[in-house]
Amino acid sequence: MFRIIKKPELSPGRAVLSQILAILVSLCAAAIIVLILGYNPIEFYANLVKGALGSAYRVRATFNKAIPLVILSLGTLIAFKMKFWNIGAEGQMCMGAFGAAYFALNFSHLPAYVLLPLMALAGLVCGGIWALIPALLKVKFGTSETLVTLMLNYVALRWITYLQYGPWREVGGMPKIATFEANAVLPSVFGIHIGWIIALVLTVFVYILMTRTKFGYEISVLGESQATARYAGINVNKTIVIAILLSGALCGLAGMVQSSAVEKTLTEQFTGGLGFTAVITTYLARLSAPAIIVTSFLFAILLAGGSFLETSMRIPISMIYAMQAVIIFFVLGSEFFLNYKIVPRAGKGGAK
Amino acid sequence: MPDTVCIEMRGISKHFGTVAANENANLEVKRGEIHALLGENGSGKSTLMNMLAGIYSPDSGTIKIEGEEKTFASPHDSIAAGIGMVHQHFKLVEVMTAAENISAGSEKGLFRSPKKIAKKISDICTKYGLDVDSQKKVYNMSVGEKQTIEIVKMLYRGASMFILDEPTAVLTPQEADILFDILRNMKKQGCAIIIITHKLNEVMEISDRVTVLRAGETIATVNTCETNPQQLTEMMVGKPVELKITREEPKRSEAPVLEIENLSCTTDTGREILNKMSFTVHGGEILGVAGIAGSGQKELCEIIAGMEKASGGSVRFEQEEILGMSPIEILRRGVSMSFVPEDRLGMGLVAGMDITNNVMLRSFQKSKGIFIDIAENRKKAEEIVERYDVSTPSVNHVLRKLSGGNIQKVLLGREVELNPKLLITAYPVRGLDINASYNIYDILNAQKKEGVAILFIGEDLDVLLALCDRLLVMHDGAVMDIVDPKTVTKEEVGLLMLGHHPEKEEK
Repeated sequence: MFRIIKKPELSPGRAVLSQILAILVSLCAAAIIVLILGYNPIEFYANLVKGALGSAYRVRATFNKAIPLVILSLGTLIAFKMKFWNIGAEGQMCMGAFGAAYFALNFSHLPAYVLLPLMALAGLVCGGIWALIPALLKVKFGTSETLVTLMLNYVALRWITYLQYGPWREVGGMPKIATFEANAVLPSVFGIHIGWIIALVLTVFVYILMTRTKFGYEISVLGESQATARYAGINVNKTIVIAILLSGALCGLAGMVQSSAVEKTLTEQFTGGLGFTAVITTYLARLSAPAIIVTSFLFAILLAGGSFLETSMRIPISMIYAMQAVIIFFVLGSEFFLNYKIVPRAGKGGAK
Repeated sequence: MPDTVCIEMRGISKHFGTVAANENANLEVKRGEIHALLGENGSGKSTLMNMLAGIYSPDSGTIKIEGEEKTFASPHDSIAAGIGMVHQHFKLVEVMTAAENISAGSEKGLFRSPKKIAKKISDICTKYGLDVDSQKKVYNMSVGEKQTIEIVKMLYRGASMFILDEPTAVLTPQEADILFDILRNMKKQGCAIIIITHKLNEVMEISDRVTVLRAGETIATVNTCETNPQQLTEMMVGKPVELKITREEPKRSEAPVLEIENLSCTTDTGREILNKMSFTVHGGEILGVAGIAGSGQKELCEIIAGMEKASGGSVRFEQEEILGMSPIEILRRGVSMSFVPEDRLGMGLVAGMDITNNVMLRSFQKSKGIFIDIAENRKKAEEIVERYDVSTPSVNHVLRKLSGGNIQKVLLGREVELNPKLLITAYPVRGLDINASYNIYDILNAQKKEGVAILFIGEDLDVLLALCDRLLVMHDGAVMDIVDPKTVTKEEVGLLMLGHHPEKEEK
């Protein structure tokens, strides 16, 4: 009936255009789902935007999601560029937050300018080490990094749960970890916590790293072909390990930022699944650091607006997750149609 | 019913995006003839044949089989019409037997009947004078045997019109002779055979008529006996071409640049790939390496370049042992390697990156600091593009989008620009058109004149014999002999490639 034909490659401009188109179409498709559920789609989107950007408070909530998302996506980008499918940003974020929380809870007597860098360092180191496990396993034994990073997420999440209900539980009262002292909380700049500056600086850093340095070049070559990388004299294992260490460290730092600036403590829900969302934002940004800011913001708007919808229209947040899925579905779909076209199997007369 | 036209393609056009692969191509094939389809790479031979095999559909034009107009929507339709295509890369299941491969996909009903299948296969073999051991597993077969299986598979499916895509590219001269005998037999039985090729001597030897394609268009169809290689080349290229490879005779260095002694290589599974190879390469000479594909050529290159481990022996470069050094250390001593694998892009180049990024692949580590000097590398890339006549819109063009010839020029250009003392080049003209190939030979000759030692691993014996100063023949990872290309014959080299050494066997 139909057959699939490969199309010649498109210009980058048109590729981006079709991606934007795909997102618009997916929003329409989501509108249909909303309609079937019995809500007014126009009201739905109006409330979504209002919920994400409607007031200073809500904008701040959106930023609180966008900032960690940017940092997580940057970490994920480094790994993805190497075709090392690190989907463990969630776990690395947890471990980073754990490291930061350890210092926040035990060294709260230190002044902020000592404590905060210490927490950031702990976040970087713990996130990095957590990512190092799958990297070493891959380098030594050829294990699948996708599986290992995915499973380590749950180990890390449960580790936080254990701390919350066990050793770190606040004396008396609810099973929660104590709130950080004021000197363990990141300060605000222009009304938004300083994480936005960190995210911007890191974006520039990752951009330069990937496009202007030897190391970034090595990562890209390695991502294309291991044989070519060896031929070019690149130490393959060393590059994998360092790049993944860096990838995990950035995700760990995102955990530190989120726990210190937003949650002001460590809870089992503090990630809000952002580590998984980062996989999507990185992918949608086509592994470009500047584009990550755009995609992260879009998804932050969805998430923050979604929480508002829960109260204003009583639409469950699951609808937002469904929307994320629809967007991915359409963008992946558009990718297929960018590269291939379907033509009817010709009967008499031939295909035009 | 010989001499009746069985395949007629008229005014065929096919576009991929804005690129016209075929434009007004015509082809007419008769029963009982071997028809050569001749053209350079990219001239649209394969596209035209893929349309006949039902893999692509033409944008316009008509295909008539036995006088009846057909539209092939899929390969099934084409097979049903009696057309069988033998692709360059065989489509066989390695772990299955010949019989299983031959019958796969064309069995009817729920159950297999091995007896009937075996009977049918042996009938076919008798009829066409083929030699097939139907119980042999494919992985135990030589390339020639595999090809025979592909042909039998098509006959089994009832094909009487055959398309063979560069069938001799993977064969030794002896195997090619066997194939040609098979084809002549099939021709006598009334089959129509189209062979896609760019080798002129084959066209002259086997075909009855030739259709020449250039830039997607049919230039002419001529009777083979009424033409000659020179005329065919002119039709292919569109202008007169000097068909001569020069052999420069510069002074050869006294001391060898590369000395290889008893080099062996065994895989993890214990299979011996290289078996005590010994040879030398001097400055100012081209040492050719001939051998059946997969005789250990790739491993040899990779070991010298430090990418593969040897299990014994020594590799000395300018009197220094380099076995066990890292690729980068070997590169810095002045050893360049350009290996063009079958897919052309597997190693040495990064398909998804632009020319600049590919040019700096082998030299980026030399620059100081952590940053890459993009401007400088772009300049270098522009120089290579200009010096080696790479046709590209700009050096920022992604390599994958260039044509094969241009990709190979970038690769060889980069390696030559490293000013090596030893240049290893494997299959540098793989898939290139005539002009591009001669450009590459010129580059190699120029390097030789400058005193570079060149190890040239090739596939085309005619080229190896014309270009090289000495020719090493490999068989199954061992050096069979090193012969003088000026005196040796192609047949002698072919026997050596198959592992027969006339002198040694007499003893």
